[in-house]
Amino acid sequence: MPSTRSHPARVLPGFSLSLGCALVYLSLLVLLPLSGLGFKASHLSFYEFWEMATGERALASYRITFGASLLAALINAVFGLIVAWVLVRYSFPGKRLIDALVDLPFALPTAVAGITLATLYSSNGWIGRYAESFGVKVAFTPLGIVVALTFIGLPFVVRTLQPVIEDIEPEVEEAAASLGASRLQTFVRVVFPGLFPALLTGFTLAFSRSIGEYGSVIFIAGNMPLISEITPLLIISKLEQYDVVGATALAVVMLLISFALLLAVNTLQWWAANRHHGNTRPSTGGKP
Amino acid sequence: MWIRFANRFRRLSAALTCAFLALTASAQSNLLNVSYDVARDFYKDYNPLFQKHWKAQTGETIELRQSHAGSSKQVRAVADGLEADVVTMNQASDVDFLAEKGLVARDYAKRFPTNASPYTSTMVFIVRQGNPKALKDWPDVVKPGVQVILPHPKNTGNGRYTYLAAWGYALKQPGGSERTAQDFVSRLLKNAPLFAAGGRDATTTFMQRKIGDVLISFESEAELIAREFGKGEFEVVYPSWSILTEFPVAIVDKVVDKKGTRKQAQAYLDFLWSPAGQENAAQNYLRPRDTALLKKYAQQFPPIRTFTVDDTFGGWARAFPTHFKDGGTFDQIYQLK
Repeated sequence: MPSTRSHPARVLPGFSLSLGCALVYLSLLVLLPLSGLGFKASHLSFYEFWEMATGERALASYRITFGASLLAALINAVFGLIVAWVLVRYSFPGKRLIDALVDLPFALPTAVAGITLATLYSSNGWIGRYAESFGVKVAFTPLGIVVALTFIGLPFVVRTLQPVIEDIEPEVEEAAASLGASRLQTFVRVVFPGLFPALLTGFTLAFSRSIGEYGSVIFIAGNMPLISEITPLLIISKLEQYDVVGATALAVVMLLISFALLLAVNTLQWWAANRHHGNTRPSTGGKP
Repeated sequence: MWIRFANRFRRLSAALTCAFLALTASAQSNLLNVSYDVARDFYKDYNPLFQKHWKAQTGETIELRQSHAGSSKQVRAVADGLEADVVTMNQASDVDFLAEKGLVARDYAKRFPTNASPYTSTMVFIVRQGNPKALKDWPDVVKPGVQVILPHPKNTGNGRYTYLAAWGYALKQPGGSERTAQDFVSRLLKNAPLFAAGGRDATTTFMQRKIGDVLISFESEAELIAREFGKGEFEVVYPSWSILTEFPVAIVDKVVDKKGTRKQAQAYLDFLWSPAGQENAAQNYLRPRDTALLKKYAQQFPPIRTFTVDDTFGGWARAFPTHFKDGGTFDQIYQLK
C-alpha cells in the first residue's frame, strides 16, 4: 500500500473506529488496573495514607529508588549516546554482534541479570574483586542498585537514538566543518540539538523502567532497611504481610512521583523540539 | 488472503475443541496441590507414590498437578480464585490467611495428626569447611566480626524462622526476657552484611560468592547444598537450641466441595503420614513425624532441642504481628540503630 502524506483527506479510513479501538485498548490495559489501584488506596483515610507513605523507611526507599534510577539513566544517556553513535556511524568487524548485544538486557529475565551481576560484582567476583582493592564495594550496596539499573536501561537509550542518528546526514557535519566550525562546535551546535529530543525520550524510558524494576535489583541490593531497600521491595514486604492497602499506598506515591517527573521531562522535550525547529528552520536560510 | 486466514482459524478452533474435549474427558479426578517453592522435589517423589496407592485402592487414575512459588504469593492466588484442592505450605500464617478468608477450616491444624504438619525441619548453621571461626552455638554467631548470611527476615519464611530461632534461644537462657532477646537478635542482624532475596539466594551468596562465615538455613537445605556443591565445602553445625519448623497442609473446603474431590484430597493428604509418605520425607531430608523412622535415619537427623512457634511465641497469629508487621520488633531494631 503506498502511503502518501496528504493532510486534508486521509488515505486510510476509519478514524473513529481506530480511535475507539485505541481508547478501549488503553482503558483495559492501563486505566482499569490504575483505577483499581486508586480504588484500593481510597480505603485509607488521608491521615493513614500519609502515615504509610511518609514513614522513615518509605522515605529512604524513595530516595534510593529515584536517586539510583536517575543516576543510572544519566549514565545511560552519556554512554548510550556513544554506543548508538558508534553503531550507526562506523563499520567494524563484529558490529552486528555488538548491535545484538544491546538488546540482551531486554531479553534476559531480570532475576537472571540480578543474580549474574551480584556474582560478578561481589567481593569475590571477577569485577568486584578489583573494585574492592580500590576500596569500592559494589554488590550489596546502593552502588549495586545503580549497576543493575544501568544494565536494565541501556537498550532504551541506544534504541531510541539509533534511528535519529541514522537520519542525520554526515554531510551536515561536513558542511559545518567547511563553514569553519570546530569539532566541539559541530557537536554542540549542529549534531546535539537534533539528538536532544530523542536522547530525552531514551533517558525517560530508561528512568521510568528503572523506577519499577524489582527482579534484578533485589539480588544485588543487599536489601538493608534504610540503606538499600527499594520501594518495590517495600511493596512486596507489605504484600507479604497481606497488607494490600498499604502496598497500594506506596504504589500510588510512586506513580504520582513518576508521573510528575515524566510530565516534567515531556515538557522539557516539547520545549526542546520546538526550540530546535524554531532555530534551525530560519537559520539554514539565514546563515551567510 | 481472507480465505486463508479463515481456513486457518477453522483449523485452529477444531484443534482447540479437540484439546478441550480431551481435557474434560481425563478430568474425572484431578487434584491441584498449591505449594511453596522448595517443596518441588518432595512432591515430585511423593505424587507417583500416591498415584500408585490410589490406583491400587480404588482403581481410579488420579491426575496430580503441582504449583510452586513463594508461599504467601501462592495463598494469595488461592484466595483470588486459583482452584487448589489442597495447600501444602511452609508456615502456618499462610494457611491462617486462607482460614480467615473462609476457604479453609479454622481448625485445619486439628484435622490431621501432628498439627497438620507431616514433617518438620529445623534451622541449622552451615559453616565453611573446618569451621575456621569455631562457631558452635548462637552466641558465637552474634560475636562482632562474624558475618551471617540470611534471607530478609521480614519478607521471607526462611528469614523469619531464623529470626525466631535466635529470639527463642535468647529467651531460653537464664535471665532471658523479651528485652534480652531483642538485643540478641539485633546483634545477629548487625552481623548480616546483606539480606538475601530468598532462601536459595542466601545459599548462592554463601556457597558460590563465598560471602559470610555462616549461613543459617533449613536442615533440609544443607543436604541440597551437599548435592549441588559437594560435601567437602562446608559443615553443618547444630546449635544447642533451634526452632522446629512445621509445614502445615490443608484441604481447601470451598474448592473440593465444588469439584467433588474431597475424598481424593483427604486421601492425598492422609497418605503423607503413611509409612511410604514418611519415608519419602526422610529421603528428602525432612524430619518425619514417625519416631521409629526418625531413629532409622538418626545419622541424618541428629537429635536437637527445639521449641515451636506455638509453644514459645503463642502461634504465628501472634508471632507475625509482634515481630514482622510494620512497627514490629524487626522494625524497632532498625529504628534504634
